Amino acid sequence: MLAFIVSSIRLGMAFLFGSTGETITEKSGHLNLGIPGVMCVGASCGCFAEYLYLSEVGPDANYFLAVLIPIIATVIGGAVMGFIFSFLTVTLRANQNVTGLALTTFGVGVSDYMIAETGPVYSKGSRFFTMTFPFAEDLGWFGEIFFSHGILIYLAIIIALVSSYILTKTRVGLNLRSVGENPATADAAGINVSRYRYASTCIGCAIAGLGGLSFIMDYLNGNWEYCIDAIGWLAIALVIFTVWKPSLAIIGSVIFGGLYIASSYITGVSFASKELFKMLPYVVTIVVLVFTSIRDKRENQPPQSLGLSYFREER
Amino acid sequence: MSETSAIELRNISKYFGGKAANKNVSLSINRGEILSILGENGSGKTTLMNMIAGIYFPDEGQIFIDGKEVVIRSPRDAFKYKIGMIHQHFKLVDVFSATENIILGIDKKEKFDHKAAANKVKEISERYGFDIDPMKKIHEMSVSEKQTVEIIKVLYRGADILILDEPTAVLTPQETQKLFNVLRKMRDDGKSIIIITHKLHEVLSLSDKVAVLRKGEYIGTVLTATTDESQLTEMMVGKKVSLNIERGDPKNCEERLVVRNLNCVDREGVKILNNVSFTARSGEILGIAGIAGSGQRELLEAIAGLQKVNEGEIVYNNPKTGESDNLRDKTPMQIRDLGVRLSFVPEDRLGMGLVGNMDIIDNMMLRSYRKGHSVFLERKGPRYLAEKIIKDLEVVTPDAKTPVRRLSGGNIQKILVGREIAASPTVLMAAYPVRGLDIGASYTIYNLLNAQKEKGVAVIFVGEDLDVLIELCDRIIVIGSGSITGTVDARTATKEEIGLLMTKSVEQGGEA
Amino acid sequence: MNKMSFHLVKREPMVWYKNVFVRAIAIIASLIVSAVAITILTGKNPLEVYASMVSGAFGSSLRIWSLVQNVAILLCISLAVTPAFKMKFWNCGAEGQVLIGGLATTAVMMFLGDSLPYPALIVVMLIASMLAGIIWSVIPAFCKALWNTNETLFTLMMNYVAIQSVAFFLKYFVKSGSGVLAPMSEYGLPVLFGQSYLLNIIIVAVLTVLVYIYLKKTKHGYEISVVGESENTAKYIGINVRKVVIRTLVVSGALCGIAGLLLVGGTNHTISTTTVDGRGFTAIMVSWLGKFNPVYMVLTSFLIVFLQRGAGQVSTDFRLPSAISDIVTGIILFFIIGCEFFLQYKIVSTKSGKEND
Repeated sequence: MLAFIVSSIRLGMAFLFGSTGETITEKSGHLNLGIPGVMCVGASCGCFAEYLYLSEVGPDANYFLAVLIPIIATVIGGAVMGFIFSFLTVTLRANQNVTGLALTTFGVGVSDYMIAETGPVYSKGSRFFTMTFPFAEDLGWFGEIFFSHGILIYLAIIIALVSSYILTKTRVGLNLRSVGENPATADAAGINVSRYRYASTCIGCAIAGLGGLSFIMDYLNGNWEYCIDAIGWLAIALVIFTVWKPSLAIIGSVIFGGLYIASSYITGVSFASKELFKMLPYVVTIVVLVFTSIRDKRENQPPQSLGLSYFREER
Repeated sequence: MSETSAIELRNISKYFGGKAANKNVSLSINRGEILSILGENGSGKTTLMNMIAGIYFPDEGQIFIDGKEVVIRSPRDAFKYKIGMIHQHFKLVDVFSATENIILGIDKKEKFDHKAAANKVKEISERYGFDIDPMKKIHEMSVSEKQTVEIIKVLYRGADILILDEPTAVLTPQETQKLFNVLRKMRDDGKSIIIITHKLHEVLSLSDKVAVLRKGEYIGTVLTATTDESQLTEMMVGKKVSLNIERGDPKNCEERLVVRNLNCVDREGVKILNNVSFTARSGEILGIAGIAGSGQRELLEAIAGLQKVNEGEIVYNNPKTGESDNLRDKTPMQIRDLGVRLSFVPEDRLGMGLVGNMDIIDNMMLRSYRKGHSVFLERKGPRYLAEKIIKDLEVVTPDAKTPVRRLSGGNIQKILVGREIAASPTVLMAAYPVRGLDIGASYTIYNLLNAQKEKGVAVIFVGEDLDVLIELCDRIIVIGSGSITGTVDARTATKEEIGLLMTKSVEQGGEA
Repeated sequence: MNKMSFHLVKREPMVWYKNVFVRAIAIIASLIVSAVAITILTGKNPLEVYASMVSGAFGSSLRIWSLVQNVAILLCISLAVTPAFKMKFWNCGAEGQVLIGGLATTAVMMFLGDSLPYPALIVVMLIASMLAGIIWSVIPAFCKALWNTNETLFTLMMNYVAIQSVAFFLKYFVKSGSGVLAPMSEYGLPVLFGQSYLLNIIIVAVLTVLVYIYLKKTKHGYEISVVGESENTAKYIGINVRKVVIRTLVVSGALCGIAGLLLVGGTNHTISTTTVDGRGFTAIMVSWLGKFNPVYMVLTSFLIVFLQRGAGQVSTDFRLPSAISDIVTGIILFFIIGCEFFLQYKIVSTKSGKEND
């Protein structure tokens, strides 16, 4: 049971990065269906950087750099993907759905290419990401659940909390939400809609990229698996499931993680039924989506202009 | 044009697609003054103000603030010069609270503090006498509350120059009075207020100066104290021209459409039609007069089966069968299946009556494509009709395959009216069919409507120009705030009489 | 006051050859960028790379057959999503709808293959696959029509429900440990003239014509256009919008089901979770880039398949990871998506102050 909870958390945080990133993006009115590709690119950039660093310094790797370098590489990789998306949808006013899907194709390709260059095992690098508090073991189950994790797990929660704070409590958050709800109003209020959309998408993609890194380096202990894009779609699902609230997503992500791996921990479940368990996060999301649309409560709806381009001269 | 002008415009022009929306407009306003911009619909008032507010950028001309030339490229620039505009269509974020909307987009220097902001909002409300809950969400608010939020929004930013675009169009008389009191307080506070309107009595009761626009051109500025309604009217509409619309006498009038005690509420539960009863007769043009947004649109849509009716009945007397049918709660399809030949020229031409991206032929099919049992479309008839309308109504278009979006307003309207008439209706409803049209096109439409009347069609004409209503229609009913406040004979009625009914209606509606 | 400023103006539709010209430039530019990228990565002569691409697509009759077959499948899925898109219903669930159609086909082949005569089996496969696709598309359509549920997100989620259904099916019914279902070629669609893909290609060719006619020449197609352009107009002329939404998604789902049938019954004779292989998403781009016109879509699907297969050959010839084909596809898609902007807008510079026309 304990192992189940710990695993749920470790997997969940990969979702949490993705969904926090996508929430920030969607709050600006951008529906970025490229998140799966972004997470792939983020993961592979991080892994690639770690690979380069470790092969450069060999055994002298220092914890700080071994963690920081991949994170920076991931953030840059994700942000570049976000920039491509924003350039096409904001500056060139392309359709967001189509651009997002193209971004996913591109991202999966880029990451597969990079992985093919380095080989799919990063267990050396993963060591640094799973390194944890030394005192965790002494605290029993409490320590296991709260203090036995690698740095990315805590980073995910911090980012989610900070994002939640920024979105709800600060001016920047207010402006960002107004851009996603009603860009014409935001524009009239003197907010630079394009700049907000660019920034939120790039930042969102950078954060989502970390989800890919977390999935590979933490949850999978550095063994590359070609299913990050599935994690990406789940992250998008999580955004809906938690009605666009990153703070809720902290809990939601653990639930998703749990649902995803529950089958492996419940005895007496046949090999086949495990696949049905993996279906649960999607089914639950659909139920939430339908339920919120039936209730039609304004606060729980997607940002009103989600997926729509904004162009001032077009009245 | 003294140097003390708070804001001065010099020779401002703006073109949309080669057509002048504003041409050589110059005006000025001082501190502690209320200026009315008066003009009919489409005279370019809103476009002009949008240039001051930074929504549009003038193609020609200069803007001076306190005697210094300025360039206003964006709403942010406008804030910088302490200009705030309250748009006719509110620019508010639905899911935000009043306070959140008010502080949206304010410069970053001030600390972000929702509570403190809410207190400041309260303070402003008290100073000028607004009544508002700073934490209430916009989507839970009434129209007048939303407007209040808009006004506080610009005051919160310390605006000295306030522009209000037709603020009273959506208000009850009590609310209007309240608003005017607030505006007077602001003027006494040293603010400059520009109010866009086309209602003369408001101009006279509120403002210090009046600037008049007509068809984008600047006609002149007069002091309110030295003018009167007839002078202003003349400036607004130009020389009193007789329209000389040829009007025949109604013939063979039968009661075609009888509306009894119609009541409707809008999505927010506000009553928009209140016990409306009238009769439309064949061979006659029935005018509907009233201030824009008094329920005209809902009334026509209710008859057409597009608006939910809460109470009352709509009875159609079928001239062919002699039977009477109640059209209430029927869909447009069911109405047609009853054999009711109802044509409807809606206010929203490209958003409702026509599909902008489709060509003329395909737009002709909108009404007729269902004909026959084939699963395939039949384009021959529509093509013939399209060509006939293009020829008969002198529609200027490269060919029948041109998307209607690319035609000018007048030609679009000819196509729409042409199509609706082609269905040989027994009832023809037209909402603002000449809005935005030039003189020539307007007359084409008048003649078409008159020809329909001759044929024995019951024509319902919703208009805003009283001169047209008086010269075109046979009878006019006046609607105000969703109620019918009077019926007049168009041949004997005067503009003042109708104007009075429009005003009176508003008062009664407010009390109801 | 004589600052230059730039602003964008929506341009009038261009004449067709300019249209083609801009798109051609976009494709050429994207090819150059891809070639430069490959050259940097490999140090090979770009011309060699192109030659390898062409040979990968057309190098032998086998390759040509395979190219056309892949075009057919992609085109079929694109045709399926087009009616929905034309109505502005973002059906991103083709991946799942096709897969579930394939699953239905697989199930029929497995359980009824022995007991039904061959012609009846084919008919049952067709019906089952269409029904499965319809179920998958109509549920989101229904929620959209009734409660305005966001269809993009809904259909996306349905994809994974379909994938997991297939995973479950395979694990449950395939008793061997591998989890791979052995091809059941004996129950596949008929092979015409010894060409195993010919029937697929013919079916898709017929479907292309049918969808073209459906959209352009029938009353249903007309209603789809009206609803897609303006829901208000649709209501004004008495179209029951809900009915049209659901009906159109029935058509869309049925076509996806047929694509599943072609993939399973006509091509692989088995199924796996990756049978559709992202084509449900690629189809969205094909349809959009083809302006929802089935004739243009033949070209766009051909272009994309050509690039993918060509790039695949490049990766074999130059010992590059196969992912290079996805990268190239991505780059080219970006260019084509981006070039739409230049077809719709022009950049105008104005001097504030005097100039005007």
